[in-house]
Amino acid sequence: MEGWAHHLIVAPVVLPLVAGALLAVYDERRQFLKGLINLISTLATLYVSVVLLQAADTVGTSVYLVGNWPAAFGIVLVLDRLSALMLVLTAVLGSAALIFSLGRWHTAGAHFHTLFQFLLMGVNGAFLTGDLFNLFVFFEVLLAASYGLLLHGSGPRRVQASLHYIVVNLTGAFFFLVGVSLIYGVTGTLNMADLAIRIPALPADDRMLLEAGAAIVGIAFLVKAAMWPLGFWLLSAYPAAAAPVAAVFAVLSKVGIYVLLRLCPLLFGAPAGESAGYGSTVLLVGGLITIAYGIAGVLAAQALTRIAAFSLLVSSGTLLAAIGLSDAEVTGAALLYLVGSTLAIGAFFLLIELIERGQNPGADLIAVTAEAFGDEDDAQGEVEVGSSFPGTLAVLGACFAGCALMLIGLPPLSGFIAKLALLAALFEGVATAPAASWPVANWIFIGLLVLSGLAALLTLSRVGIRTFWAPVDAVVPRILVVEVVPVIFLLLLTLVLSVQGGPVMRYMQDTARAVHAPSSYVEGVLAAPRVPAPTMEVGR
Amino acid sequence: MELVLAISIGILAGSGVWLLLRPRTYQVIIGLSLCSYAVNLFIFSMGRLRSGAPPILTSQTGSLADYADPVPQALVLTAIVIGFATTALFLVVLLASRGLTATDHVDGQEQ
Repeated sequence: MEGWAHHLIVAPVVLPLVAGALLAVYDERRQFLKGLINLISTLATLYVSVVLLQAADTVGTSVYLVGNWPAAFGIVLVLDRLSALMLVLTAVLGSAALIFSLGRWHTAGAHFHTLFQFLLMGVNGAFLTGDLFNLFVFFEVLLAASYGLLLHGSGPRRVQASLHYIVVNLTGAFFFLVGVSLIYGVTGTLNMADLAIRIPALPADDRMLLEAGAAIVGIAFLVKAAMWPLGFWLLSAYPAAAAPVAAVFAVLSKVGIYVLLRLCPLLFGAPAGESAGYGSTVLLVGGLITIAYGIAGVLAAQALTRIAAFSLLVSSGTLLAAIGLSDAEVTGAALLYLVGSTLAIGAFFLLIELIERGQNPGADLIAVTAEAFGDEDDAQGEVEVGSSFPGTLAVLGACFAGCALMLIGLPPLSGFIAKLALLAALFEGVATAPAASWPVANWIFIGLLVLSGLAALLTLSRVGIRTFWAPVDAVVPRILVVEVVPVIFLLLLTLVLSVQGGPVMRYMQDTARAVHAPSSYVEGVLAAPRVPAPTMEVGR
Repeated sequence: MELVLAISIGILAGSGVWLLLRPRTYQVIIGLSLCSYAVNLFIFSMGRLRSGAPPILTSQTGSLADYADPVPQALVLTAIVIGFATTALFLVVLLASRGLTATDHVDGQEQ
């Protein structure tokens, strides 16, 4: 990236920062103006992210030295295929959630737009930064914004969920700090690329401390990614959040996944000597247990929001296990799965609010008892076929079917391709596994992946029938166009992902290969040229 | 000095974790504060303990062994600010929870 375009790398951080600060100036009576500023900023971020994605695809790694200090000393922003992909995903989901919120949700509390922009800033910064402590700062920015957003709309349930969410994440931040400082104490650097160079040269005595530090930092990311014993907070927090907030939060849990995907091959790849592959077994086993737990939850859950939250756990578990396998083919397929499942779950959270708007709060409970004790109102509950089927319900039903196809992994949407690619890569791993390795994990992974589709199929068809075909009382929810369009947009995007499967998969494979062979990343960062100082006459 | 620092970090972290696991929101917030003190001291200690050594080079020549490491000090400053801000935010949520549920139990209801 040359010339002014090089400065675009910093735009996904600066743009939301400026917009968020600007939005804080206006008071809540200027809702239209605030919505407009937020929309412009978010769409601009989306545009910049797409430009960056194209640049990353042609150039590879490009580095932005924020203070013009050499990379190992100053703060660096690094753009490569992986971070560009995550930027676009965030911006797409953010735009959809924002447009959805403009229907009614943005007026449900104060400072929605400001917090939304700061959240985008934190997430984008976490994806771009090439420095561990800087990552902590961006983590805290996005967490602080997410605390505010989770409280958006208020009410006892949200306050309660926020209380737990804040305590869990603050404790996670302590782990982060302890781990980062341990790593610094041992290696003397916090720059990720520099770390990758210094770790192989560490003396054996320090290696244990480094691994302890890495494990402690890893806990912070696993909390965010909601791995099985660390992820229970997600189940109370996400269903309590307002719909557009929950949709953006779908990408929030992917921040932890992203960091693990970035750091594991970079710090503990093949060159790391004795530390190579450190922690991958934990990720693999933890991921598999998370999938199993998610499957059980999906089957057991009654409320739609809880089904979505458990689907998120399944998605997290799948990705963690895929990272744990540390195989470029698997990672490539997992990246496609990451994009597709995040879009689908985001759309699902938005859709759930639209569906449940029509139901009274007790409807779920009634439906549960109806299922448990057998339907007594079969005779009177006949739905008039055809003529009076309302258009709104048809659209909602179609969107629900789309989300279900994605979560189950059926064609024609991209969930199918992602799962197929993942299964193919796993089978290939089994076939080419050397005798000493452990292909049992591949088989368990394959089994759980198939089971997770089956669980989603069972639950979503049950819920779909209950919601759309056999309503207790058919109240048609009042829905604005602006609220249903983002859902359709996200689902169409997953369709595009599968129609354009070839180029998309090619990009994912390139990304995975670059992630697993980080030498170009390391060299790119450490050899990043500084901007020459303006020429001055030094004649004294 | 190492022993004193290590013991104080241990006591702060231990008390913090114990309070963090208590059911009252006030105990939790004090526990969080204690934990953050322990963590801040820990970060500081990762720059190696040294007394009377400046963190900034005073002359162009000189051995790095005579200076304290400035990076952990900068990290501690950042961590203090962020920890302080998030604890303040937690305090607000705590008060909101107290107001909405009329109890200071972390689950919003007595067991």
